[in-house]
Amino acid sequence: MELLYATVVAILAGSGLYLILRARSFPVVMGLLMFSYAVNLFLVAMGRLHTGKPAIIAEGAQYTDPLPQALVLTAIVIGFAMISFITVLALRARSELGNDHVDARSDEDQQP
Amino acid sequence: MLLSLILLPFIGSLLPLLAAHKGRTVCSWLTAAPPACALLLLLSTAPAVFQGELLTIRWDWIPALGLNIGFRLDGLAFLFALLILAIGLLVILYGHYYLSAKDSHGRFFSLLLLFMGAMMGVVTADNLLLMVVFWELTSLSSFLLIGFWGHRRDARRGARMALTVTGGGGLALLAGVMVIGHIVGSFELSDVLAAGDILREHHLYPVALVLVLLGVFTKSAQFPFHFWLPHAMSAPTPVSAYLHSATMVKAGVFLLARLYPALSGTELWFIMLSLVGLSTMTLGAVVALFKHDLKGLLAYSTISHLGLIVLLFGLDTQLAVVAALFHTVNHATFKASLFMSAGIVDHETGSRDIRLLSGLRHYMPITAALGLIAAAAMAGVPLMNGFLSTEMFLGEAIEQRVLGGWSWLIPAVAVFAKVFSVAYALRFIHSVFFGPKPGPLPKQPHEPPFFMRAPIVILVVLCLAVGMLPALIVGPLLSVAAASTTQTILPQYTLEIWHGFNLPLALSVLAMVLGVFLYSQRHRLFNLWNRLPPLSAPDVFEFILHSILVQGSRRITKLLESGHPQNYLLILFLFTIALAGAALLQLPSLHGGVSMTAIDFPSLAIAMTMIVAALGTAILHRNRLTALLFLSVVGLGVALVFARFSAPDLVLTQLSVEVVSIILLMLILFLLPRQNQRDSSVQRLWRDAVVAGVGGLSLGILTFAILTRPLDSISKFFLAESVSGGGGTNVVNVVLVDFRGFDTFGEITVLAIAAIGIFGLLDGMRLFNPRHLGHHYAKDRHPMLLSVLNMPLLPLALMVSLYIFMRGHNLPGGGFIAGLITAIALILQYLTNGLNWTNERLNDNFHPLVASGVMIAGLTAMGSWFFGMPLLTTAHTHVHLPVLGEIPLATAMVFDLGVYLTVVGATLVILENLGKLKPFTSQPTTEP
Repeated sequence: MELLYATVVAILAGSGLYLILRARSFPVVMGLLMFSYAVNLFLVAMGRLHTGKPAIIAEGAQYTDPLPQALVLTAIVIGFAMISFITVLALRARSELGNDHVDARSDEDQQP
Repeated sequence: MLLSLILLPFIGSLLPLLAAHKGRTVCSWLTAAPPACALLLLLSTAPAVFQGELLTIRWDWIPALGLNIGFRLDGLAFLFALLILAIGLLVILYGHYYLSAKDSHGRFFSLLLLFMGAMMGVVTADNLLLMVVFWELTSLSSFLLIGFWGHRRDARRGARMALTVTGGGGLALLAGVMVIGHIVGSFELSDVLAAGDILREHHLYPVALVLVLLGVFTKSAQFPFHFWLPHAMSAPTPVSAYLHSATMVKAGVFLLARLYPALSGTELWFIMLSLVGLSTMTLGAVVALFKHDLKGLLAYSTISHLGLIVLLFGLDTQLAVVAALFHTVNHATFKASLFMSAGIVDHETGSRDIRLLSGLRHYMPITAALGLIAAAAMAGVPLMNGFLSTEMFLGEAIEQRVLGGWSWLIPAVAVFAKVFSVAYALRFIHSVFFGPKPGPLPKQPHEPPFFMRAPIVILVVLCLAVGMLPALIVGPLLSVAAASTTQTILPQYTLEIWHGFNLPLALSVLAMVLGVFLYSQRHRLFNLWNRLPPLSAPDVFEFILHSILVQGSRRITKLLESGHPQNYLLILFLFTIALAGAALLQLPSLHGGVSMTAIDFPSLAIAMTMIVAALGTAILHRNRLTALLFLSVVGLGVALVFARFSAPDLVLTQLSVEVVSIILLMLILFLLPRQNQRDSSVQRLWRDAVVAGVGGLSLGILTFAILTRPLDSISKFFLAESVSGGGGTNVVNVVLVDFRGFDTFGEITVLAIAAIGIFGLLDGMRLFNPRHLGHHYAKDRHPMLLSVLNMPLLPLALMVSLYIFMRGHNLPGGGFIAGLITAIALILQYLTNGLNWTNERLNDNFHPLVASGVMIAGLTAMGSWFFGMPLLTTAHTHVHLPVLGEIPLATAMVFDLGVYLTVVGATLVILENLGKLKPFTSQPTTEP
């Protein structure tokens, strides 16, 4: 299971990185989202993989590590704030420059 | 008292600014008051200091860094403080008459007092780090003073050059002081001075010495850093008289004296100081003769005399130290008066060019007489103070045997320099004040006002008094200063005008005769000089600055900052991968020893789906809508993974965030081109694919390595304390709102800032009309079925979110999740019924919601202060209510309410404003 988990993290991170390296804003945003999935999975893995042991205090129960979960919960929400900001930034750049290239040059500048 | 001595100039520097509008006279009086008080204070300490007492005060500032606020007043500090305050007062008087009505008196005097305070700090600081702070402050304030006439190019250039050189030297000094502190283990001056032997024997001693001397040489304008001083002459003359003759350039000399017991006595000390001092002294004296600008001549003369003082310290005998301090005082008096005389000439004739001036004694006889005496002192004529200290210098130069068979070189060069110094002193007097009446000058020359001349009179009288009655006037001061410099008992010496016929006297006379002869031959020399290629120090300096520093850094910047974010990201990724890869290579084995768990079929199915969807997103990214759908599959998969591995809170959060994110991206996609054209070459695609692959692989390997290693977590504390300390059984939520509540508070603040930022970005944005993009949309914008279904959904969803919120402390849920559910329910209203319909029924201004959320959370966090508890302390209890049963109540829930409101508000601000955007139809689109 651990190997499978690591593989999923690797593929998600790789796809995310590839998308972040693209030249247009929308794929970059998608890449960021994808990469944040990978990172969140990675962070949760700091508490190791446990099945059926949620960190809810009960009589005689076993618990997984709650700290990474709390941190990832924060990370998900912050990630949302970041993604929304970046998307709107991309939108604004498109509206100002006429294109959605990440170099942020207007159409006239881009003519070779 | 010691503190007020140092603080007075600093406090005083505010007065001229406050009094600037009251007129020049009031302003000058107010400026003079603090230094005058400080001078009286200083003199009142004289009995104690002359007894050999060491006055100190000390407070801890940053003890961890060894940085304390401490001041000391001993003989050496007393001597320099006296110079700084007394000459400062004279300069204020002089400056009052010198500045024209156009100049801002307030600013000038304020800067002057600021500088004075900084100098006082340098000479009295008891902590080396503190001294460096004041040292840099003198560089900064002198920069402002040199550039006082900022409209003039030469002033700006001169100021820039002075700051670069002295400021750079200050950094070297800081480094040197750090090394000293490292060796000694303390920055306190008393410790450092006592640790001379440890310092000299340490292998880092050369490093410390060279760095400290760099600071000294730049500040005291020693060769090869001397070039800034002549160009600092573009400052108003009072500044030149004060900073560049009497005080600031003496800071380097002061530092030599201060650290003399700690650093002197080695071969390196001697070689560096004597060679630099000797060459500076000679160079300054020679160049001074050829300067046609009065102030330029004096500037090079100052360089030469500073070289002499540095050389004296290099000779490294106790008598040489006495001579060095003596000459410091003498030079300050005669050079300040000479600068003031030059300033008067400039002020009253409008010119400082020696070639234009002549015979001024006919117009300003008193100034001429004063200048004559001061110049005689500079040339070392008997009966003047300059004579005594140069005699002592020549005596020491003859006595020393440090160069072995070459020892005669030092007195020989000293005499050579003195010949030139006699010649330029003659030129200063003879060419300006004597000879025929001058040709046409910019102004008709006349005597200056009495009080403008008064400071010169005082200084010149001092020159004569010291010259004739040295033992009486400066004897005690000098001996107490020298004793505190060397920290030993001084050998016997006498300050007398007549030592009998001896070798120094003979050399002095020889130098005088040769000097007069040299001056008589000056025109031939000028012809020779003019044949030398012209070299302008500012031009060279600026050339070096521009061609090497500016162009060089521009080139480096261009290399790294290509304007293509893709490249930056690539560099960042490669660097991160290299770092992580290097760490991973250190692992003895990938598998950490903990046995792996078995794979079950549902997990495998989820994993495969996610892998396919992730790869699909990457490969099909040019078809944006499809890629987005793939991406949402991955997001949902992540939620399932959380569910699979015991993270119920994360499942709820991930699901709701996922919904909001994808709706957001859909909205954005509506306004962006639906497809990419192909931008990147195939090579580039492959390169990126390889980098991304290696990056992903590294993260995967890291994950695997961690997962197979045993866990040692700090969470036992959270699990144990959750119920008793936080009042909730859902440990994740208790961590969020209680144990690590400050993080959460920061996080909702970020969310609020993002929402406001987005609002700002969307404000006034012009859109391309998406209708022109050639896509077909459903004709039915708000399907009836959906809106009918949605009607009962809203109250249900709100109920659910309330439930999730309430139970959050004990079961999966909480403010974040509840907030997102509420937001989604409201967004659904917008989607099904349209913006206008919804806004008619709902207040569409969500900003107050965001603000109140952050404020509720913040106030709850601070509420604990009222009970004398630290920030974010929570209280909790259980309440039994009918129907609902037992409800746990914790103040953390109020905090969570703040989180809830912020999340709802921020999400809606973001999405609602995006939805509101009106396509800009009148503008034809440029996209095909």
